[in-house]
Amino acid sequence: MSNPERTYVDPSINMETEAYWNGTKEGKLLLKKCCSCGETHFYPRAICPYCFSSETEWYEASGKGKIYSYSIMRRAQIPYVMAYVTLDEGITMMTNIVESDFDSVAVDKAVEVTFRKTEGDHSLPVFRLV
Amino acid sequence: MGRSSKAYIAGAFEHPTRKAVDKTIAQLHAEVAFGALQDAGLSKDDVDGYFCDGDVPGLGGLSMAEYMGLNLKYIDSTETGGSSYVVHVGHAVDAIAAGKCNVALITLAGRPKAEGVVSLAARDGDGGKLPERGFEIPYAPVITNMYGMAAMRHMYEYGTTSEQLAWIKVAASHHAQHNERAVLRDVVTVEDVVNSPVISDPLHRLDCCVISDGGGALIVVSPEIAKTLGDRCVKVLGSGSAIGHLNSGKFDLTHTAAVVSGPIAFEEAGVTPADIDYASIYDSFTITVLETIEDLGFCAKGEGGKFVSDGNLISGVGKLPFNTDGGGLCNNHPSNRGGITKVVEAVRQLRGEAHPAVQIPDCTIALAHGTGGQISARHGSATVILGRNDA
Ligand SMILES: [Zn+2]
Repeated sequence: MSNPERTYVDPSINMETEAYWNGTKEGKLLLKKCCSCGETHFYPRAICPYCFSSETEWYEASGKGKIYSYSIMRRAQIPYVMAYVTLDEGITMMTNIVESDFDSVAVDKAVEVTFRKTEGDHSLPVFRLV
Repeated sequence: MGRSSKAYIAGAFEHPTRKAVDKTIAQLHAEVAFGALQDAGLSKDDVDGYFCDGDVPGLGGLSMAEYMGLNLKYIDSTETGGSSYVVHVGHAVDAIAAGKCNVALITLAGRPKAEGVVSLAARDGDGGKLPERGFEIPYAPVITNMYGMAAMRHMYEYGTTSEQLAWIKVAASHHAQHNERAVLRDVVTVEDVVNSPVISDPLHRLDCCVISDGGGALIVVSPEIAKTLGDRCVKVLGSGSAIGHLNSGKFDLTHTAAVVSGPIAFEEAGVTPADIDYASIYDSFTITVLETIEDLGFCAKGEGGKFVSDGNLISGVGKLPFNTDGGGLCNNHPSNRGGITKVVEAVRQLRGEAHPAVQIPDCTIALAHGTGGQISARHGSATVILGRNDA
């Protein structure tokens, strides 16, 4: 069963991250990988934080991962699940867990990406239990 | 004589207010500065170095220095949230040792209680420039759910329980009952904590610190000046600071940057955790204390839950008496930044001026640790090790 959901504020978008937010509008979760050292980093940057190479490229993530940790914000007007999810690609990102009964949410559970419209009609990647 | 010290803390002051409806922030800074100078036996004109956080009104320390009429040779406004003032102690010692100044003033002041709490999103005025903003703010991170995630992961990896975390609040409350200024003075039990409302899993209301106004100040002086001020001066034996962040998406929420700041401070001081008679540990939440105690080496990683249980942090009862003023959990968390009160209570203990009910007999070596920002994202950790005048 699902809980009522809060409205999502817009992300701030800049020239380094525009492609990410264009991707989410098409239902894709894009990550950045370094062409020099091969590492994926998050959040996406123009300069690789591992080796400072300026050669970085976008690729589409599987959208699959596991909950690294979470906390249910029960005192909010509309309670929600704050979480960090570790993607199969190896990076951990902040997100919300949606469409899921609060009592079913647990560390290490498998999740998949889905998307939510923000106030300004952008698209925000969130996750649900598989 | 004893251990060598490059500088001394000569003055320490905690503002008595917990709700400052009738005072400006600048005024609070000046009041705590005056209090610490009086405590040291020095006057404003002796101050030649000034240290404050990046949250003061004005550009760095410029406006506050002007407001207080300070004429300075040295200024530092290093900003690492609530750990800033512990960082400042180390920086002041270094500046004094390098001959750049002789009397350093450190101030903190704020009035979140009088002004109302501002959310992270609302505070972030020029958020467009903040590189991580778009990847965090839409998910509604707040301090409680961010620390909640650290606690949840610690529980998952090490089996830490809410009852064990509760013991940290219980210990703080045992100390706060003797502090007439403390916001929360009632002694609480483990049951009281775990039965208080859940704010953000797994943290309950009583796992959280208080919100209060006020501030504090410290005076750090050269050994030559300390000699003229008497034996209430406290030695700074060692200091270390470090930061932690999300490390490009590969991080571990069960550790803080205390794993770096602690060893630096211990090594400089030439002591080990076993030598610490009293510890002030930053306590924004119970989990902050638990992870820090592990990271500083008071027990192994993952053993913190057992370590803090059964009153082990209570003065006169346990092995590591902590936060004998009641800490941020019960006494005071001025401006949502508790680092300075951590140092102030450590100084009281080393002078033998803590409340008699919580004073540690023959307290010789103390530690004060600050944690600023969020342990589950970007944060600063800072450790100082202090010694009694004859340590
Ligand atoms: Zn690289």
